[in-house]
Amino acid sequence: MSTTDRVVPTPTPETRHYWDGAQAGELRLQRCNACGDAYFPPRPFCPECGSRDVKVETASGRGTLYSYIINHLGAPGMKPPFAVAVVALEEGPRMMANILECEQTPEALVLDMPLEVTFEKITDAITLPQFKPAGAPK
Amino acid sequence: MIPNSVAIVGAAETTELGKIPELSQIGLHADAALNAIADAGLTVRDIDGVATAGHNSTEVAHYLGIVPKWADGTSVGGCSFMVHVRHAVAAIEAGLCETVLITHGESGRNRVGVLGRPVFPSQFDAQFEAPYGVSIPPSRFTIPVMRKMKDDGLTEEQLAMVAVVQREWAAFHPRASFRDPITVDDVLNSKMICWPFRKLMCCLVTDGGGALVLTSAARAKDLRQKPVYIRGAGESAETPVVSQMKDFTSSAAFRMSGKLAFESAGLKHSEVDHLMIYDAFAHLPVYGLEDLGFVGKGEGGAFIAEGNTRPGGKLPLNTNGGGLSYMHSGMYGMYALQESVRQMRGTSPAQVEGARVSVCHGVGGMFAASGTVVMTNDPG
Ligand SMILES: [Zn+2]
Repeated sequence: MSTTDRVVPTPTPETRHYWDGAQAGELRLQRCNACGDAYFPPRPFCPECGSRDVKVETASGRGTLYSYIINHLGAPGMKPPFAVAVVALEEGPRMMANILECEQTPEALVLDMPLEVTFEKITDAITLPQFKPAGAPK
Repeated sequence: MIPNSVAIVGAAETTELGKIPELSQIGLHADAALNAIADAGLTVRDIDGVATAGHNSTEVAHYLGIVPKWADGTSVGGCSFMVHVRHAVAAIEAGLCETVLITHGESGRNRVGVLGRPVFPSQFDAQFEAPYGVSIPPSRFTIPVMRKMKDDGLTEEQLAMVAVVQREWAAFHPRASFRDPITVDDVLNSKMICWPFRKLMCCLVTDGGGALVLTSAARAKDLRQKPVYIRGAGESAETPVVSQMKDFTSSAAFRMSGKLAFESAGLKHSEVDHLMIYDAFAHLPVYGLEDLGFVGKGEGGAFIAEGNTRPGGKLPLNTNGGGLSYMHSGMYGMYALQESVRQMRGTSPAQVEGARVSVCHGVGGMFAASGTVVMTNDPG
């Protein structure tokens, strides 16, 4: 994958901690101190109960393959075919990711397979949290 | 809302449909608007309320020479027009205006004078989805479907049958883009777009427009068309980022909008004669049938594959051929409404004999938003 033409996220004040975490090799979630729910995407209050009493924590990085498509159309800076997946994180929230270090076929991408976080640097300022099959060699 | 207090008295699509390089987006709005106003036997001077989406409602009003008492620019994707109908009923009932024009125009294919879609960094999409290579709708709207296939037993063949059955309906319509019969094999062997979606499971991209004129039921009695009453309506929203849908096998927005529509109409599902479910992609009628409550959870795919929604079936669905075969400019909801109106007037080329109640259900911005309208030709 080329690094130049990709869609690059622009962090906002409310999401900066997430992107700083990815840059440091951590997947960061937020958790509500009032109701205990972990949530994603980042925001400075709990989407479940509305409490502003929330904290940032480092996720385990473990998850499972919840759903996906295999994009044959292409996207800026990305060569088709590639999977666009939704990962169910161990902590509860779900997030979008590509599945790296894996064949991009329906045979290799089996729903509910265990995944683990990995990080893909796309510019000097932005690293994307990504996922790969759990236990895949580095 | 009060059932049957407001009626659709004018309805029309653009003069041409499909490829219209000679009109820009605002021109398509105006062409459809003038056709619908003429259909109602009214003039532009009779319109005192304007609603539109995908274009600024004030711009449409000005272009047509209308100084409205009420304007609604609710723009929540392809179901905006279902939502406009609900809002128009509320506005007319409240006395804010008397006669509402709802317009749609979209140069989806030729892209003449179109508005770009705004993207800004604080949208979840720009930070948490687009960087992973989702872009146009076939790469987004389809993402929940693998989960539904595993959890609910939906199959590729059932998805293909959605397209096959709708092509059967499209064959009745001279204005449909695609009218030749297709088979399950044709669908499954068509070009892979985004696994498991092939080209024939995805909507068309065409140019066109449509418009509706609504007024009070009392005033409708004196107008030239058989009134099509708004019996009930609903709307809702869930999430603009598909990855954050609570349940990938069911849309919370569909369920809420459908529930509101049926409750306000005071009707049972068994009283519905005709159904439209916005089909940008082949899985949407499946979700719609289940989430609106016409079939049980996980039964939508089999219900269509067994022929219940095809010509002669017990629940005629998407009788214009839908976004898969009739036309799809980008915000298809208006064309679904037009077919419901034709069915209630008794003028559809694919007329369901004796149909008295039509439900028209829309989706917008992937699974972001929803709107549902229940129409009837029975003043009750
Ligand atoms: Zn909370």
